[in-house]
Amino acid sequence: MSEAVIKVRGLAKQYRIGSKDSANGTFLQSVGNLITAPFKNFRRLSDLSRFDRNEDSIYWALKDIDFDLEQGSVLGVIGRNGAGKSTLLKILSRITEPTRGEIQIRGQVASLLEVGTGFHPELTGRENVYMNGTILGMRRREIDKKFDEIIDFSGIEKFIDTPVKFYSSGMKVRLGFAVAANLDPDVLVVDEVLAVGDIQFQQKCMGKMGEVVSKQGRTILFVSHNISAIKSLCTKGLLLESGEMKYFGDINEAVTNYFKSNQTSEGEFVPGRLSGDERVIVEGVTLENQFGVKTETFQIGDDLRVTLRLEALDDFENPNIGIVIKSNAGAVTVANTMIDGCVARSFKKGVNIVQCTFKRIPLLPKEYGLSVAIRGNDARTPLTSSKDIGYFAVVTKMKDLGIVGPDAELLAADSISPFIPYSWKFSDGQVHDFNILDRVRHRDQVKLIKN
Amino acid sequence: MSITSIKPTKGWKFVDFQELWHYRDLLYFLTIRGIKAKYAQSILGVGWAIIQPLATTIVFTIVFGRIAKVASDGVPYALFSYLAMWPWIYFSGTLTESSNSLVSNSSMITKVYFPRLVLPFSAVLSKLLDFILGFIVAVGFLIYYKVTPGISVMLLPLFVVQLLFTSLGLGLIFSAMAVQYRDVRYAMTFLVQLLMYGAPVVYSTSAVPEKFRYLFCLNPMVGVIEGIRSIFLDRPIPWDWIGPGSIVSLLIFMFGLLYFRRMERLFADVA
Repeated sequence: MSEAVIKVRGLAKQYRIGSKDSANGTFLQSVGNLITAPFKNFRRLSDLSRFDRNEDSIYWALKDIDFDLEQGSVLGVIGRNGAGKSTLLKILSRITEPTRGEIQIRGQVASLLEVGTGFHPELTGRENVYMNGTILGMRRREIDKKFDEIIDFSGIEKFIDTPVKFYSSGMKVRLGFAVAANLDPDVLVVDEVLAVGDIQFQQKCMGKMGEVVSKQGRTILFVSHNISAIKSLCTKGLLLESGEMKYFGDINEAVTNYFKSNQTSEGEFVPGRLSGDERVIVEGVTLENQFGVKTETFQIGDDLRVTLRLEALDDFENPNIGIVIKSNAGAVTVANTMIDGCVARSFKKGVNIVQCTFKRIPLLPKEYGLSVAIRGNDARTPLTSSKDIGYFAVVTKMKDLGIVGPDAELLAADSISPFIPYSWKFSDGQVHDFNILDRVRHRDQVKLIKN
Repeated sequence: MSITSIKPTKGWKFVDFQELWHYRDLLYFLTIRGIKAKYAQSILGVGWAIIQPLATTIVFTIVFGRIAKVASDGVPYALFSYLAMWPWIYFSGTLTESSNSLVSNSSMITKVYFPRLVLPFSAVLSKLLDFILGFIVAVGFLIYYKVTPGISVMLLPLFVVQLLFTSLGLGLIFSAMAVQYRDVRYAMTFLVQLLMYGAPVVYSTSAVPEKFRYLFCLNPMVGVIEGIRSIFLDRPIPWDWIGPGSIVSLLIFMFGLLYFRRMERLFADVA
């Protein structure tokens, strides 16, 4: 067994959250408040850096974290929003200091909490590569040496001498990731940066991550909500729950624990509030097959019925609802009311039920994640944050499908089936069936008849 | 293999020069970025670095030289005020820029670790280009007024260093404060305007009453301006006006470094 590269002992981090302002009662009071405001503000702003006053606005983002990580291991840090994942990475990458405890890291650390830090819109791609590279701790000579490789990976050599402000957002991300991908530290700390760019580029990044991982001696810490990505990349897992370490060890165990923590029984998930600004909260998710049995394991060709129990904090008129089935390669299929033309029933303040049945799922035996995105009727304003809310597995044996031999199985595992007929069902019993293949075929027939 | 130890720190700490040296390329590129970004997409580009002090000098010459008839020690008023305006504009510019350097780069501070000192440092360095251009204009003034500077002009770097220490020192203090108290930003815009009247930019030191003299020359900018004036106009250097300010500027710089390093650990949390 190799020795520990990262040693974390009793790590804790305290933050101060803003304390509530007293509400103005009368006009006189509000004038009075106006006058005393500067004094109050001063106290509040100074308190941002002090912890001795007013105990109840103190918040522990991390509590007593202990672990050792050996050289060459890839650690996936998982947990819900606010569990302390980002705080842990920030401390590890020395952006912020811990309140208590100690970390010892052997070797050079590079952190990647954002893609393209320090990019300036007026500078050219070339200049920004140097800018970003030096911020990440590279020396100029190092960047000179790797410059061609960086440009090659980004795939934007044509625009390298164009100011970055003329780049599309995708191009900026490519360039930023290309710089980061060519870092060569002993320890790499990565936050959810892979959740950007188009699917193709995401896959390229995942490929590069896999490559980096397989290189000997590199130790990596990786935070993501993409559980399937974590499972395929990481060897170890660290599960955080409201600042505390719930599990540290094998990645599969960690993931199972993670899902268990927001799961009440087989086929039922309670994601709850995923971020503070949500106005529709996914209270519960139930997965059933065609027999109405709650389950997480399906056979190919089963129906997959997803029932969402949504708590709306307000009335929302005809929201847009999307459900995405994901594999580790990205989105597999979606049910989306905006695309299928189904006008979803308006949400009433309180609990609303939405059901979506994916029919006879032709999904290959693999593990899949589910995520939900709900937007206002303008299809833009997000009402929920789209995060993984559940998972299921298709367990049919490959050989039962006529796929035999290791090569065939491997090939099949990478193929995806993007179109699955589905139907929506709302609280009032209204049903909306949709099959995109029918629509496309119908359109072609109409064209034929017209001609 | 190097071992990094991360643990809570307390109290005062001094600058980690070794680390700063490792990040010298970052300082270089941030400085270049500062220069390029400032003059990008403008027609005159760096020409603005010349126009600003020049235009101010013209206005001051009309208002203070011609109308108010402020004494300028027998030197043409335009030359007299430009020799002060040139370092002063550098000082006020760098002070504003470096004070804002942390707040305007807060997205960097919260995402990557690097010695935060490079931000105010680069703000001060990227303004040096303007200062050099201002020097060329100063030479133009000397030629126009047929004034030959003495051999003492070799001492210019000395006063430039004092100018750098003063602006950097104050910049460090204010930038660290601005992270937590955004008031600094608003205060800074008019503070630099008010400060100008505390230094002999538009008037001569001979107008300062004797009893305020010692208080007056504690201002490091008094020394910078008087020093630059005397070496360019080939007059005896008034060391008694310069000395106290030099000590103050050194103290400001040292305190700035210490204060910045003390506050540094909070930047990412409150930015």
